[in-house]
Amino acid sequence: MIVFENVAKRYPNGREALAGVSFAIQPGEFVFLTGRSGAGKSSVLKLIALLERPTRGTVTVGGQNTGKLKSGKIPAYRRAIGVVFQDHKLLLDRPIYDNVALPLVVAGTPLREVDRRVRAALDQVGLLGREHSSPTELSVGEQQRVGIARAVISKPRLLIADEPTGNLDPGLAIEVMRVFKRFQDVGVTVIVASHDPHLVEQFGQREIVLDAGHITADTLHARAAARMTAVAPKLADLPNINIDLHT
Amino acid sequence: MSGAVSSYGTRHLQALFGALGRLSRAPLATLLTLIVIGVALALPAGLALVVNNLRLATGDLSNAVDFTVHFKLGTPIGRVEQLAKNARERPGIESVTVTTSDQALAEFKEASGFGDALTALEDNPLPHHLTVRPAKNASGPTEVETLRRYFAAFPEVEIVQLDLDWVRRLHSLLDLLKRSLWVVMTVLGLGVLAVIGNTIRLEIQHRRAEIEVTKLVGGSNAFVRRPFLYTGLFYGLGGALLAGLIVMGGLAYLDQAVRELSAQYGGSYRMAGLGPEGAGVLAGVGAVLGWLGALISTGRHLRQIEPRA
Repeated sequence: MIVFENVAKRYPNGREALAGVSFAIQPGEFVFLTGRSGAGKSSVLKLIALLERPTRGTVTVGGQNTGKLKSGKIPAYRRAIGVVFQDHKLLLDRPIYDNVALPLVVAGTPLREVDRRVRAALDQVGLLGREHSSPTELSVGEQQRVGIARAVISKPRLLIADEPTGNLDPGLAIEVMRVFKRFQDVGVTVIVASHDPHLVEQFGQREIVLDAGHITADTLHARAAARMTAVAPKLADLPNINIDLHT
Repeated sequence: MSGAVSSYGTRHLQALFGALGRLSRAPLATLLTLIVIGVALALPAGLALVVNNLRLATGDLSNAVDFTVHFKLGTPIGRVEQLAKNARERPGIESVTVTTSDQALAEFKEASGFGDALTALEDNPLPHHLTVRPAKNASGPTEVETLRRYFAAFPEVEIVQLDLDWVRRLHSLLDLLKRSLWVVMTVLGLGVLAVIGNTIRLEIQHRRAEIEVTKLVGGSNAFVRRPFLYTGLFYGLGGALLAGLIVMGGLAYLDQAVRELSAQYGGSYRMAGLGPEGAGVLAGVGAVLGWLGALISTGRHLRQIEPRA
């Protein structure tokens, strides 16, 4: 699904975020990218989402060398990838519905279909019925889940998330991770950047550790992964998931 | 196929209503922009209307280049009729009117007030003459000069009375009016482009976050640009509508004065309005300018907004 070959990224300010990393991720894998702040996790995700281009090396996603993609093809490429951001990047002056529907609207999906899928996506993250609320009326955890609903609404084969639990307390973080896990269960490749070692350890799965632009470890926590799959309930079925973080 | 067409139509309708919705949510700002565009469009439209009315009121100024061909005394009327008939078949001539010496005398008696004194004359001193009106498309100084030479060449013709200087002045004047109309239209058209371009630029800046997120989830440049193009189109059309109202209002105000002036000259002239054709041209120019202004502005400014995560 994703192949990085000796990829380096140097920003215009001279900072070298990646110093030649190589790894491969198979379709349907669940991968954590970990490491300290500034280790290069976000750069890896930006290179996958084509928000940046590598200074050196090649990034191949779904068989497509991203460096050779013409700029006119980038919108279609981005539509095939679901991205969740740490600061969720919601439009605060639009209702939840508009935010979640946006990827379908830009793709020209018929309105009736948009309606059906917005409800389905909100149902999957446990926010059905909140379509007409403003994002500002939601807690941080709920806002993050709206961001996830928007990322998955176009049924992408690849879901990437940059610190999706960075602003959440441990309980909420687990909820959000379980949502991601359920997408992996239906065949979606999931890549999550996180600096929270506790969460990664608890959740298991494959972990790629970055430090100062180099990969220092690439391990698979197989046993933990099996345990998580067994106990992961459907998020919407969980009691009291609307923990108010503002109190 | 029909699915692709309908989804294309859906996207356009969404952009169209999105643009209309945003304009109506900021009514004051929208109105101010429309007034600026309306005034800028009303000035050339009004000027064009004034020029048009001047042309209509003066009978297109075509009688201004009429000239008279006087025959030598004693030329038989049959020969005069013959020459008139030949002349009518020439290109560049609209009409040739024959006035016999008797008719000329009768007219002169009536007009001069010397009626009784003139009856004392034994012979009619006035010759036959032709009144020649050049065709509209052949009333320039050179064409008229060619016509003059044509008539002057006949031995029966005494003199061709023609004020070529006046023809030249008239043409310079008309040319000047047309040119000033073009200058005004070009300058104000550029003004409309700038106003719409700037308004769109401000709106792009205002909606920067939205554009960024839209591009982030895979919105193409065309998708992002579309609502702004519709916004420009609406500004242009709305401005044209306002310009039409301004021109019609001004016209209604002037009409009374024009009628009074016309009555004092024994006429009954009424101002000609825009008409459906003029209204169509005004709307078309407004729409094209609005769309073009938005296209230029989005071309310059949308490219600069690229998503950063």
